[in-house]
Amino acid sequence: MDQMTISATVDQIRGVTLFVNERLDAQGCSQRIKVQVDVAIDEILSNIAHYAYNPETGPATVRVEVEEDPLCVVIAFIDHGIPFDPLAEERPDLTHLPKAERPIGGLGLFMVKKTMDDVSYTYKDGQNILTIRKKI
Amino acid sequence: MEKTAFELNGTSLTVKPVGELDSMTSPIFEEELRRHLPSVRSITVDFAQVDYISSAGLRVFLAVDQTLENQGAEMKLIHVNENIMEIFELVGFLDVVTVE
Repeated sequence: MDQMTISATVDQIRGVTLFVNERLDAQGCSQRIKVQVDVAIDEILSNIAHYAYNPETGPATVRVEVEEDPLCVVIAFIDHGIPFDPLAEERPDLTHLPKAERPIGGLGLFMVKKTMDDVSYTYKDGQNILTIRKKI
Repeated sequence: MEKTAFELNGTSLTVKPVGELDSMTSPIFEEELRRHLPSVRSITVDFAQVDYISSAGLRVFLAVDQTLENQGAEMKLIHVNENIMEIFELVGFLDVVTVE
């Protein structure tokens, strides 16, 4: 298992993406799956950056594990911020409202739920732990 | 994200973003794009060199599309690769924005 801890700000996300991509490349992961994982990382960490410690900031830890049989990557995002289950939100409807009124806020996590094979959330020992799993 | 090219031809603007449209790059991209909006009637966004787009990038296009609609202008997206098209389909983006 590999892990890195960042300050939860959007300018730190790219470093995490590179860190995870190195591990995906080592497994011969396709570009399609890498794009989906990169988008998931951006969605989840930007959520943490914007909401977990608002208005201050704090740490976020990312743990990456490669499992075999079937080959998949499991990534856990851990923060110590306000308890919040991002999976509780419904899919935002883009089509029936005027563009300016569309609830785009939940769009990111909806994308993560649709593209990953599994997404789970727990709150434990004062930590939000969001885990994604994707077959590679 | 490398520098976005903006090519203005009369009132038609072609925009060529390069790299990732994510939570870090999208606010800068939106700011640059908005500077060009007042004088245009149509915008073509060329996605040929975009690697991926997250919801932060999608939001930019929804918001800009709304502004353009208010001023009677139009936007279309071209050269969208299949990985990105899959993201568009997933979130219903194609119902909202014109992709050719």
